[in-house]
Amino acid sequence: MSVISDIGDLMLGDARADRVVPPTGFTATLTLFASGAMAFLAVFALALAFATGRLAERWEGALAQSATIRLSAPDGEVEAQIEAALTILGQTPGVASARVMSQAEQAALLAPWFGPDLPLDLLPVPRLIEITETGAGFDAEGLRFRLAGEAPGAVLDDHSRWRRPLAEAAARLRTLGVVSLGLIGGAMGAMITLAAGAALSANAQIIGTLRLVGARDVFIARAFVRRFTLRAAAGSAVGTAAAMAAIAVLPPAGGETSFLTGLGFRGLEWVWPLAVPVVAAIVAFWATRLAALARLRTLP
Amino acid sequence: MIELKDVGMNYGGGTLLDGVSLALPQGSFHFLTGPSGAGKTTLLKLCYLELRPTTGQVEVFGEPAGNLDRDGVAKARRRIGVVHQDCQFLDHLPIVENIALPLVVAGRDTAAEAGNLAELLAWTGLTHRAEALPPELSGGERQRAALARAVIMSPEIIVADEPTGNVDWEMSQRLLALLLELNRMGRSVLVATHDLTLIRQAKTKVAARVLRIRNGKVEAAGADL
Ligand SMILES: Nc1ncnc2c1ncn2[C@@H]1O[C@H](COP(=O)(O)OP(=O)(O)O)[C@@H](O)[C@H]1O
Ligand SMILES: [Mg+2]
Repeated sequence: MSVISDIGDLMLGDARADRVVPPTGFTATLTLFASGAMAFLAVFALALAFATGRLAERWEGALAQSATIRLSAPDGEVEAQIEAALTILGQTPGVASARVMSQAEQAALLAPWFGPDLPLDLLPVPRLIEITETGAGFDAEGLRFRLAGEAPGAVLDDHSRWRRPLAEAAARLRTLGVVSLGLIGGAMGAMITLAAGAALSANAQIIGTLRLVGARDVFIARAFVRRFTLRAAAGSAVGTAAAMAAIAVLPPAGGETSFLTGLGFRGLEWVWPLAVPVVAAIVAFWATRLAALARLRTLP
Repeated sequence: MIELKDVGMNYGGGTLLDGVSLALPQGSFHFLTGPSGAGKTTLLKLCYLELRPTTGQVEVFGEPAGNLDRDGVAKARRRIGVVHQDCQFLDHLPIVENIALPLVVAGRDTAAEAGNLAELLAWTGLTHRAEALPPELSGGERQRAALARAVIMSPEIIVADEPTGNVDWEMSQRLLALLLELNRMGRSVLVATHDLTLIRQAKTKVAARVLRIRNGKVEAAGADL
């Protein structure tokens, strides 16, 4: 009930109730500054969470989707082993399709390293079979075992050897981003609790006078709550705007796996940082309200 | 309206009040006197619930004070007009807003009470000082402003602690006249003072009871008053 009416007051404003507590210069400035700084950090943590989330998704997607078989064998046996490998793949549950890469495709893959004029037919370059998995995936160990028996030149590279740790690292970074957001919110709550406590102490005499003339605790608390909530909202709005601008002017994303330059928001993700000042205001509202009511209960 | 039943009080040191019983019925006028340090302010604070007695019971408006939570105390205070010993203003607000403060904290519409407020300023002779800040006022003006704030909620009882403490003789006459007028309007009045001349003067105009604190006990003052 009274929380709802408090929130109503916050929106509509009750200037009269506000005036009973004098403006407190230094806690005001500190709260504005700290909320701004926290919001700035929060937006970066959010961007980190989104960027690493995208990265983890992409790598996990790649993991799930494809694998490669490299096949090297003495000249005469290559075609026979490829046939054997394709037969095995056709019989393996979880393999959606398997396709032998053409010479041209392989040349294109190697071009960045060896130049476009590589005479592939003269070099002992392994042939590649590209495997696309079904959602369920296949049993890599079982497949390796069968390949070893029937196509001894084939080596299954399921990419996981190098990609899985990266995907895990990306997922963990995303978790860290989310944890950072929580910590920033908690630190902001703690900071505002301290600032509100300082403001209450500084105004102890005024609080005594208000009690003397019949003010209820919620009335007194409200004057402080409104003040700190508006300050936190204003400070964090500025911090959020600054961080969003900073992220917007980061150099555009480079290569596919480039992580640092991928830091930022895409499309609708840009809506998320706008929630930062709102969350900051909610944190400030509750931190001040709880601190004030707890403090007031200790006074006569 | 306010009743003390066998109240004892100490601040951790020696006993200040011991087995004090008194009743302030509606429309009564009481003086509380005694030497400095006797416990006048303490007794008044017990009456307006700023202090809780060490022993015994305080009843306000028929309700034992021990049964009131913090909001209950706040609501009871709106029915008790207090003139604090050192006035207790909000120094950053002009006098008119200090006088209206009880209305604001009670959530009342001050605009609707503007006429009432203007009347009160005129009654206490503060109209021309309405926009002054409390530190800019003289002692007498402060006391009158404190009295105006104490009565703006039309309280049933007015409790005044040394209201003529820092004012000259003429001003104390004006304050006494205001208190007598409030009493004639049916309000109970309790005034703590060590100013015996004031008491003698009041007794010529109102059937006031005079209580004296002596050695922790409250007794009716003798015929010398
Ligand atoms: N909060 C307090 N803590 C401890 N002692 C107090 C407190 N308030 C008053 N006293 C002591 O109680 C005694 C009575 O004080 P008070 O009620 O103010 O007397 P009076 O108003 O009659 O001068 C004084 O000795 C004073 O020092
Ligand atoms: Mg005193």
